[in-house]
Amino acid sequence: MTTVAPKRKLRVATTSLAGCFGCHMSLLDIDERLVDLLDHIELDSSPLTDIKSPGMCDLGIIEGGLCNAENVHVLRHMRERCRVLVALGACAITGGLPAQRNHLDIRDCLQTVYMTGVGVHRGFIPNDPELPLPLDKVHPLHDVVKVDYFLPGCPPPAEAIWQLLTDLVAGRTPQLGHGLIHYD
Amino acid sequence: MKRGLSEVLAGNAYDPTRLVQILRGMMELEGYISPSVITEIAAALDLPRSAVEGVAGFYSFFETEPRGRYRVHFSDNITDELQGSVELRQRLLDAFHLELGEVSRDGRLSVKLTSCTGMCDQGPAMLVNGRPIARLTPARIGAICSLIRGGSPVDQWPENLFTVDTHLERADRLLSTPIPPGAAIDAALARGAAETLAVVRRSELRGRGGAGFGTGQKWTACAAAPGPDRYVVCNADEGEPGTFKDRVLLMHHADALIEGMTVAGLAIGARKGFIYLRAEYPFLKPTLEATLAARRAAGLLGKDIRGQRGFDFDVDLHMGAGAYVCGEETALLESLEGRRGIPRNRPPYPVTHGYLGRPTVVNNVETLIATAQIALFGDEWFRTLGTPRSAGTRVLSVSGDVARPGIYEYPFGVTVSQVLADAGAERTQAVQVSGPSGTLLARKEFGRRIAFEDVPSAGAFMVFDESRDMVRVVDNFARFFAHESCGFCTPCRVGTTLVKQMMGHLVAGQGSRRHLKDLARVSKVMKQTSQCGLGGTAGNPILDGLEKFEPAFYGRLPSLEVRPVFDLDASLAPAREATGRDDAGAHLDPERG
Amino acid sequence: MMPPTPTAAPVPRPTFQLDDHQVPFTPGQTVIQAALAAGIYIPHLCHHPDFAPHGSCKVCTCRINGRMATSCTFPAAEGLQVESEAPEVQALRRDLVQFLFTEGNHFCPSCEQSGDCKLQAVAYDLGLLTGHYNPLFPDRPVDASHSDVLLDTNRCILCELCVRASATMDGKSIFALSGRGITKHLVVNAESGRLGDTILAVTDKAMSVCPVGALIRKRQGFRVPIGQRTYDAAPIREIAVQGAATAPGTGGQTP
Repeated sequence: MTTVAPKRKLRVATTSLAGCFGCHMSLLDIDERLVDLLDHIELDSSPLTDIKSPGMCDLGIIEGGLCNAENVHVLRHMRERCRVLVALGACAITGGLPAQRNHLDIRDCLQTVYMTGVGVHRGFIPNDPELPLPLDKVHPLHDVVKVDYFLPGCPPPAEAIWQLLTDLVAGRTPQLGHGLIHYD
Repeated sequence: MKRGLSEVLAGNAYDPTRLVQILRGMMELEGYISPSVITEIAAALDLPRSAVEGVAGFYSFFETEPRGRYRVHFSDNITDELQGSVELRQRLLDAFHLELGEVSRDGRLSVKLTSCTGMCDQGPAMLVNGRPIARLTPARIGAICSLIRGGSPVDQWPENLFTVDTHLERADRLLSTPIPPGAAIDAALARGAAETLAVVRRSELRGRGGAGFGTGQKWTACAAAPGPDRYVVCNADEGEPGTFKDRVLLMHHADALIEGMTVAGLAIGARKGFIYLRAEYPFLKPTLEATLAARRAAGLLGKDIRGQRGFDFDVDLHMGAGAYVCGEETALLESLEGRRGIPRNRPPYPVTHGYLGRPTVVNNVETLIATAQIALFGDEWFRTLGTPRSAGTRVLSVSGDVARPGIYEYPFGVTVSQVLADAGAERTQAVQVSGPSGTLLARKEFGRRIAFEDVPSAGAFMVFDESRDMVRVVDNFARFFAHESCGFCTPCRVGTTLVKQMMGHLVAGQGSRRHLKDLARVSKVMKQTSQCGLGGTAGNPILDGLEKFEPAFYGRLPSLEVRPVFDLDASLAPAREATGRDDAGAHLDPERG
Repeated sequence: MMPPTPTAAPVPRPTFQLDDHQVPFTPGQTVIQAALAAGIYIPHLCHHPDFAPHGSCKVCTCRINGRMATSCTFPAAEGLQVESEAPEVQALRRDLVQFLFTEGNHFCPSCEQSGDCKLQAVAYDLGLLTGHYNPLFPDRPVDASHSDVLLDTNRCILCELCVRASATMDGKSIFALSGRGITKHLVVNAESGRLGDTILAVTDKAMSVCPVGALIRKRQGFRVPIGQRTYDAAPIREIAVQGAATAPGTGGQTP
């Protein structure tokens, strides 16, 4: 099959906010088809390229929810630079496991972890300006910016990520059949 | 057993259907219903404890934790808001260094909000230990602060604080045609039950509670339903914000109301009736009880009424406990049976399966008064006023931005602009007809008519002039529905809260176009899938507002971008406190991260 | 065998129209009962064959004779026109299930019920990728006081199945609802408010009817690995009608 001219590759940025990188691991689980995918996409900033800040991208894929000020900065930066934003995985969509602290007072959390917890001696709550401060509650991405697509799962299966990416590359609205939608 | 509990139980004959009345009794004694009291009541009535806890937790005037010795509820209707209730409430809170919802440290005072208390023509209003105080001013708040500080019991406060005025601005036939006690009953007895049903049918009287179902059809269906007992229930749970006409009718026309109930009893073959009176109107209880006693003494209630052998009928007074949903007839019946006020699945309908599963008619106060007049003066007399599809008159409760708020009775078919002119409204921007669940009318619609076939109304008529922010008006209604949803069905329980949340974002400048879209979407889901009229109408002010006052809603959007739905910088405040940091990195600009 | 005579021929059962199917019913059945018996799935959560119609979750809403109504409370009748799979009906169901996810704290990855959960399975069936609305993150209690049962109200969808089962089948009335509106919540039959102070037994019917992970048996965690559970094997659309007659005239119900 011949093509007239190679289509411009989609520029894709990925990042992990309050996540565990499990979704990125699942992305790598696409395995050898990643090679095919790289004919169609070009990775910009991503834990996989070690580029720290995205250029203008077609697609931004975000793992993890928002638990601190830095997450908010990175998300807003991604939203500015990416035409289409995908919330990848349970944490990006619901806040996920980290959001299970939402019924606790963050001051008590810090107190317990750094001052009064078992095995902590002469502790103090870190106050270095380099450290991002935690939000009082963990939020999903769509509490702060517009999100275009959601791909659930913990992590989403590699097959679902493949489906999403190939649909987007082909200019189709992503469709996930049964078996590809999982929340766990 | 808790002191006083056995008297309360005995006073209610240990009857589980009187559970709401028993819990009210304990509120009056103790100021709250403690876990041990719940256990004792459950044991005494042979109910599961969890069920009693469920009832105690349902009604907003029941407290299951200790509250202040003075329990203040500020009426939170939009008309109270327009009359300055927010500032007056703050004045009271500041005087006692209190936050809304808190109990003062000495246990003296607690302040909460409640839905419309039916004093819209004389607001702002509050309830103190259940008793309404209207026409609040800074001076009145000052006096109330002194009384609370002085510690005198509420029933020893000056009586003039508690007076409720009647602003009767326009009377038509219903309000100006007195019925000599017993006259309508005599007419109905002379006619017989079947012909009385026929007269009410021919009158084409339609229910005044809002739905407009034919009263004659309802009575006829109930009379035909099989069963050993039938019941007549007067729905005096006037809870629709902006409505206060039943308050006036109950105050000044109680005799006619009970006459109408007795006629209904004769027509359908009931021996027992109930008046379900909203908790916000305790001052009507003595009037109603005195009227009932006088009628019993006069042979107009009780056994062999008017000497007619076997015509027995009597009426019990039941008080509500703060739940708008109990205005819905099946929720009212649940409450009357001593349960949570949850609307039932229909069919079957109350006319066949009502109170205790028996055939029951549930009618509005105004409807029952009209039936007494119809019984006495006939159906043709009744139909001479109104429109072909809306016979008779409508009593309106007019409030908001008008010179003369109060009660206005008109034949059906009166235009909105006529009512506005009569009430002295100027520069009117909008009218909310029939309360939040009704229709929001913009200026171009003021030529429309109050009638079932045009703008139906359950009696409320709230007026907003050009100075008012319609987004705030709709926000007030959104908070009302979220507060009053019974929570039975998913769409209303969650939908009313999502709407309240999104309206909150709009008012706080955190809204986005997505919210406008979602407000409409949630409203439509509620409308199409809710269990009862509460959820079915909760989206009306949203949909009307978005359609008719769209610029006001768009004007609330800081930009067309999606905005964070929470205050970013405030969400870092607890961590700033814990770390002692206040550097630039310890903040998130809400405008720009 | 007797030769068939006109009078002995089976009386044809009355039917109603459900999407493309003619569904037979027995008088007294509701629309959903007849549909499920005929092998046709209508998404639902608070409906359970062992209990009287409840009608609170509203997920089984169909368009019946042109109006939206709950198929679990609507009596089946000859000639009804019921639309269940119409896009507008499915859209309403999606919203309702999104409402439930938004209302509670449904963190599937850390829930023992994941894969066996009806809320999750119905959401899969409806193709939900997100709760869409901004989550409410309510602060709700977990009660581990009972020796055999964990009550995690974060996951409760207020379907009242445990309330109904405990009252009507176990005869214990362990559960009830209190509060109202968005603050409506499950309470247990003890002054302490603790499940451990009730007479709930792990063998009670109430324990087996919870559609979500609100009532969990202790010491059973991960006996079946994630990925091998009920709705991992087959969609709820197939499982819910297993054992039912094949839908008439369809050659089997295709999901």
